Amino acid sequence: MKDKYQKIVDKYTPKEAVFYNTIIAFIIGGIMGIIGELLIEFYQYYFSVSSKEATVCMLITLIFLSCLFTSLGFFDKWVNFCKCGLIIPITGFAHATQSAALEYRKEGLVTGIGANMLKLSGAVIIYGIIGSFVFSLIRMLVGLV
Amino acid sequence: MTIKYNNVYINETATITGPYEANGPLKKYFDKTYDDLYFKAKTWEQAETKLINESIDMLKNKSNIKTASILIGGDLLNQIVASSYAASKINSSFIGIYAACSTSTLGLILGANFIENKLAENVITFASSHNNGAEKQYRYPIEYGGPKPKTTTFTTTGAASALLTKIKKGIKIESGTIGKVVDSKTTNVFHMGAVMAKAAADTINKHLTDTGRTIDYYDLILTGDLGVYGKEIIKEYMKEEYNIHLKNYNDTGTMIFDVDSQPVYAGASGAACAPLVTYSYIFSQMKKKKLNKVLLVATGALMNPTMTNQKLTIPAVAHAVSLEAV
Repeated sequence: MKDKYQKIVDKYTPKEAVFYNTIIAFIIGGIMGIIGELLIEFYQYYFSVSSKEATVCMLITLIFLSCLFTSLGFFDKWVNFCKCGLIIPITGFAHATQSAALEYRKEGLVTGIGANMLKLSGAVIIYGIIGSFVFSLIRMLVGLV
Repeated sequence: MTIKYNNVYINETATITGPYEANGPLKKYFDKTYDDLYFKAKTWEQAETKLINESIDMLKNKSNIKTASILIGGDLLNQIVASSYAASKINSSFIGIYAACSTSTLGLILGANFIENKLAENVITFASSHNNGAEKQYRYPIEYGGPKPKTTTFTTTGAASALLTKIKKGIKIESGTIGKVVDSKTTNVFHMGAVMAKAAADTINKHLTDTGRTIDYYDLILTGDLGVYGKEIIKEYMKEEYNIHLKNYNDTGTMIFDVDSQPVYAGASGAACAPLVTYSYIFSQMKKKKLNKVLLVATGALMNPTMTNQKLTIPAVAHAVSLEAV
């Protein structure tokens, strides 16, 4: 049950532009997919590696670029604009990890970077692993493997 | 409770800010601005300490005093660490206070008690906040660009200090109301205006009741850092709950930055926000007699990430001081 005050708060709390943000994230996410695909093609064509290895090279390239751009100080503005378009791909994970590492560098290599680097992205790793485990279990149970 | 003062004056103030405030509309009123958030220190926390020390040194120079009997102040960092480190370089009895963004007015009230009761000859009170120090502690790493809602406020970077004595010069502190902690049942850490508006309304009402005044007594009611949306919330809430119409009203959170052109979302917040605006722009207006009586109600969200992670609502407090032109 909302009281009088909370009703006033609701009245003056602006709505977020969900539709606009979704469209932006959709377009940027799509562009990220195209960039990823082009990188895979690039590595396959010029370095004559298999598609599996080219995918790894693509991921490393994107991670490297996100970390570099984060360190150079402008990637946060891109992420802020593109929202989930850059957060959901591997770029978001790299950005979260790198920004935390930068933040705590001055508190030491172990007590600072070591202890805090995964502050934001640690959850992604933990629930990523749990998620993979659960889905593998389901696949095994329904006999797909 | 409301305490009346007869002989307490803010003789002098010193305000130092960072680059975002310097790009805002009040730049010319500040004593000093920096264009680098590190302030030539190594970390954000050390930068904030430096800001406080520099502001107090400047205050001493401007008012020609060597030491103060008592130093009262605080900031937003854990264990008010910026203040403690700053105080370690100052030869005065130190009272560290934490009242989030209402630190400035609580400091003025505490200091005024010492002066009024002749327990101290002079008191220096200060408040500071640092945008990046606060972001790091309360929210996300600085370089992390995760999207923020429109109601988010932007922590002010700066330090403001004031010298209180019984000498009739500057601005008079006429009375002070110590607010009670109000829980507005808000859990949204990105909507501090909603967290604090109820506490501010409660303190304003308490002040008017205690002093037997109407809202028209004041030329200006100035809340701390409610921001664009909190400002609307308090106006409507005061009208509905207390039947008080806030007409001559403004919020320092919407004054220090240009909300439309600067990347500050709903406006400014932070312990330094209210005193920076008041000691610079508002005091200059009062000295020109454009404003005579001002009620400054600094508002503080007593937020702690551990407790909000435990799904608790955020308590808030507001302390008011009645300021008069001499």
